[in-house]
Amino acid sequence: MIGRVFHYEFLQAYRRRSELVTPVVFFVLVCSMFPLALGSVADLLAPLASGVIWVAALLATLLSLDQMFRQDFDDGILEQMELSEVPFYQLVAIKILAHWCLTGLPLVVLSPLLAMMLFMPSESYLSLIVGLFLGTPILSLIGAIGAALTVKIRRGNVVLSLLIMPLYVPVLIFGATAPVMAAQGIMPAAQLLWLAAMLVLAATLAPLAASLGLRINIYGS
Amino acid sequence: MYFDSFAEFIAMGGHGLYVWMAYAAFLIILCWNLMAPKLRRRQVLETVARHWRRQELNSTKPNLEAEPLPFSDQDS
Amino acid sequence: MNWTWFHKWGSPKWFFQKTESLIYWFGFLALIFLVVGLVWGLAFAPEDFKQGNSFRIFYIHVPSAILAQSIFLAMAISAAVGLIWRMKLAHVFVETAAPIGASITLLALLTGAIWGKPTWGTWWVWDARLTSTLIQFFLYLGIISLHQSIENRDTASKATAIACLVGVVNLPIIKFSVNWWNTLHQPATFTLTESPAMATEMWVPGLIMVLGFYMLFAYLVTLRMRSEILEREKGSAWVKAYLEKLNVL
Repeated sequence: MIGRVFHYEFLQAYRRRSELVTPVVFFVLVCSMFPLALGSVADLLAPLASGVIWVAALLATLLSLDQMFRQDFDDGILEQMELSEVPFYQLVAIKILAHWCLTGLPLVVLSPLLAMMLFMPSESYLSLIVGLFLGTPILSLIGAIGAALTVKIRRGNVVLSLLIMPLYVPVLIFGATAPVMAAQGIMPAAQLLWLAAMLVLAATLAPLAASLGLRINIYGS
Repeated sequence: MYFDSFAEFIAMGGHGLYVWMAYAAFLIILCWNLMAPKLRRRQVLETVARHWRRQELNSTKPNLEAEPLPFSDQDS
Repeated sequence: MNWTWFHKWGSPKWFFQKTESLIYWFGFLALIFLVVGLVWGLAFAPEDFKQGNSFRIFYIHVPSAILAQSIFLAMAISAAVGLIWRMKLAHVFVETAAPIGASITLLALLTGAIWGKPTWGTWWVWDARLTSTLIQFFLYLGIISLHQSIENRDTASKATAIACLVGVVNLPIIKFSVNWWNTLHQPATFTLTESPAMATEMWVPGLIMVLGFYMLFAYLVTLRMRSEILEREKGSAWVKAYLEKLNVL
């Protein structure tokens, strides 16, 4: 069942290819707006690079969240999943994992390219990639709670952003400061360990909260 | 009393602007917090009263029309 | 342990009848505490040796910051009670406390910014406490907008409760990360309320203000809850009797 849900998610994503590409394109676009707005001076952009990439990744994730459950909720597929013998939160966790593979992972893969375009110092690359690798799943996990709670609201995107963005603050702080520290020659172990700890916490609690949120919307009269 | 005169109290040793601005903000937010529930209460009393008036109308004149009222606000 | 009191307070009718007189006590105590605290703090307390009279903003800023945080915690506890025991009254508390909490957080932010001008020379400093208060304000706004945008009352209550719980799990992490970020970016500047040993005549009015703020919140939230209960229970006979007593029916 779990494997089939995973497969189904990818199939759905393949059928809606254009929607899938949007957050990634958005991510690249936002990042390339900054040199245009601030000027293309390497000295100016290099210290800002990690912050810009992280904010862009955050916005791109927010953009993709609205579609995480909506289609399946409207089709009644989520209701079927809820009724199946597999615990619902596990299926929700699989859906979140699939969401991250399709939106978060491309951002991680693309980030070195953007870091290069923003003149990030080479010592920072590793901590940026590791940070994004640990951080983007947290964005998907916390975002899933918001997506589950707003699944019934038409144009719920604004509410979703308002609700979720404050919760992203710790991820943003730890993620964006790690490359800055690495550029100063300090090993940013603290930040990356914090991100890992938050990932563990989010992976444990977020699927439960998201499945509870979906249940409320499925059974709410 | 800590201050010698009323003028000194207003001036707050040169910080008058900031001190009174902060207390004005407090007053404004306090006023909003006191007004909003009062308005809400009036609105709620009106809707509940309307609900019961309609209820009485329906019981005294049964089956005036089979259809429900166009803007019925009975809860789900 | 006897739990009947818990179930009694869970009944909207019981709550409505009991708070009828209780609410005047809350209002009365709030008035007394606030008037005494304000007059004492504004006119009788001595000035701070470093900050002068701008220190008097303390008597609003700190109570509002404490209350704003307490309201969030109270909302989360109440949300858990509402979800676990399916107590409607707990949901009513969460929904009515949220706007009050948001306004008090805004007050803490405004007074913090105003205090910052004479202390730091600018209206806004990304000070750890101010920054986490700002994020807490955003959290309040998110919860309120979530509640307002869901049409079905029951779904809205439960969704809001979950959002509150998620928020309260995150709040300590947010506060920690903001503190950490603050020390990283600017080496510890002195914070607004940091004094080695505050004189008794300085902190006592502050304590009275804190009590006054708590009483004010109790008064305001009870006021709002009573209206919501009336609307939710509008079909029941006791509401009709209450309206007849008020001569509005």
